Amino acid sequence: MDLTAQLIGGLGLPPFLVAALAGILPAVLLITFMALGPIVYVYAETKIAGFMQDRIGPKRVGPHGMLQTVADAVKLLFKEAIFPASADKFLFTLAPCLVVVGAFLSFVVIPFGSRVQGADLNIGVFYVVAVSSLSTVGLIMAGWASNNKYALFGAMRSAAQIVSYEIPAVMSLVVVVMMVGSLSLKDIVEAQQGGLPYWIVWRYFPLNVILFLVFFTATLAECNRAPFDIPEAESELVAGFHTEYSGFFFAMFFMAEYTEMVVLSAVASVLFFGGPLAPHMALQTIGGVGLGPFWLIAKAWTLVFVMMWLRWTLPRLRVDQLMHVAWKVLLPISLALVVVIGGLTLVLPRGFPVVDRIVGWPIVLGIFAMLVVGVLRAVQWSRRRIQEMAA
Amino acid sequence: MATVNVVRVERNTHPGIYPILLGLKITFMNMIRTLFMGQSATIQFPEQKRVSSGRYRGIHLLTAREDGTPKCVACYMCATACPAECIYIEAGERPEKSIEKYPTRFEIDLLRCVYCGFCVDACPEEAIMMSRENDLVGTTRAELIIDRDRLMERGKLAEYGPGYRPTDHDVRRPVRIAALERLKKEHGIVPGMPHR
Repeated sequence: MDLTAQLIGGLGLPPFLVAALAGILPAVLLITFMALGPIVYVYAETKIAGFMQDRIGPKRVGPHGMLQTVADAVKLLFKEAIFPASADKFLFTLAPCLVVVGAFLSFVVIPFGSRVQGADLNIGVFYVVAVSSLSTVGLIMAGWASNNKYALFGAMRSAAQIVSYEIPAVMSLVVVVMMVGSLSLKDIVEAQQGGLPYWIVWRYFPLNVILFLVFFTATLAECNRAPFDIPEAESELVAGFHTEYSGFFFAMFFMAEYTEMVVLSAVASVLFFGGPLAPHMALQTIGGVGLGPFWLIAKAWTLVFVMMWLRWTLPRLRVDQLMHVAWKVLLPISLALVVVIGGLTLVLPRGFPVVDRIVGWPIVLGIFAMLVVGVLRAVQWSRRRIQEMAA
Repeated sequence: MATVNVVRVERNTHPGIYPILLGLKITFMNMIRTLFMGQSATIQFPEQKRVSSGRYRGIHLLTAREDGTPKCVACYMCATACPAECIYIEAGERPEKSIEKYPTRFEIDLLRCVYCGFCVDACPEEAIMMSRENDLVGTTRAELIIDRDRLMERGKLAEYGPGYRPTDHDVRRPVRIAALERLKKEHGIVPGMPHR
């Protein structure tokens, strides 16, 4: 914000115009970047899917098929939007808008650099959690307004999924917030300054890696990506919640899915991988130009690649397996980590220092072993209980 | 009371994170292979074509004598052997005493043809063969009834190579004998012995 104000201020415009432009320009830039992003992500997805299946993906439209998604997008924009006769027109139109808004709003708080940030809210993490579940309201609305059984099934599945997976995701956010002592994403970034060894993933060494895996899995479920894509399970529910949508409205759902992937990856990279901070201090700026946005986008896109990689590797989970993973695996682990890391934060506020990790490891591994044993016992107990109930 | 034997199949014998990591490794190695080593299974069709075997049964062709006239003697063996009844022949007379007949019309309806290769087996003159061409396109049904002159064109052979052709006489014998018997029974025709 201040950066744009300074840049525009040099043009000699009246101050009210400078203030207005300083507010509008970053928003326009961000929204353009976000709205045109899915074209790139869909292209990447088709290409990666191809490579992973021994194919080569789109190849004909433009060099190496680069214009394929542009052509697809144009086709979708010009397609007729069909409204089912018995659909609730108002909700039917509102739903995709809500989904897109929910996906886009999170970008406000993501720090692209030390000074490139939409708004540094002091409740940043909480805001991300609140806003990213807004799109679920859109999904349920879409399922309900379509007046279609499959769409409604998809919507209800989506609701069940978001309710389950929000908990481990928020639990792992709580851990990070406890370690940093602030909800602001900017403060979380500043707490990781100093290069690669100071990123939050490496603190309390094996514990935060597990924490990241829990958060990432829950994130995957939150943006309805495979292997957790049961709300739109093609083989079971036609196309799930967007069965009845066509043309531009369908494109909006598509856009929201990919945008949400990038948003949540960006949040994960801010929370665990230092966000806009470079892996080494020397790489932070080149010739006075800050490389913050570059590093953030690089980290976010790497995580997006991992999401795509998982999608083209794993089969879709059944609904009961999905609930099993959420409530019996991720939730106990994240709860245990809240307690353990919370306790460790009291004793060792900065985590184990880089050199002293060798000293710290035995303690952590001991705690970790106890944790694993506890979780295993809980799982065994629940299995025995299920068998007892079945008998 | 009927008894039902329930077979318990133990699926998912190694649950946990290991199979996931294994799957991730496999897809990643696939990606590396296709991206950097060019080992994709894709054939860029109109430019590249799959190499099919020398016994591939593609679109038919008629072979020619040294003077350019068709080798075919219009004996109706192929039309008789054809299970799809897609071959239509009209015979004309040749001036030479040793050959007698030649086809004035020889048409194959490629939409009826099942590409079984019986016509090639039945032919006593090695006059009809098959090529490896398999991508003929037409906009009407009539376009895909190909006549004698188009069957005689051999320009495409250089591109595709010859397909199924008479080389193994033992395999062809039963088909030819059956065609001879049907020709005799249904039409009362006994063709002369094929001369070579």
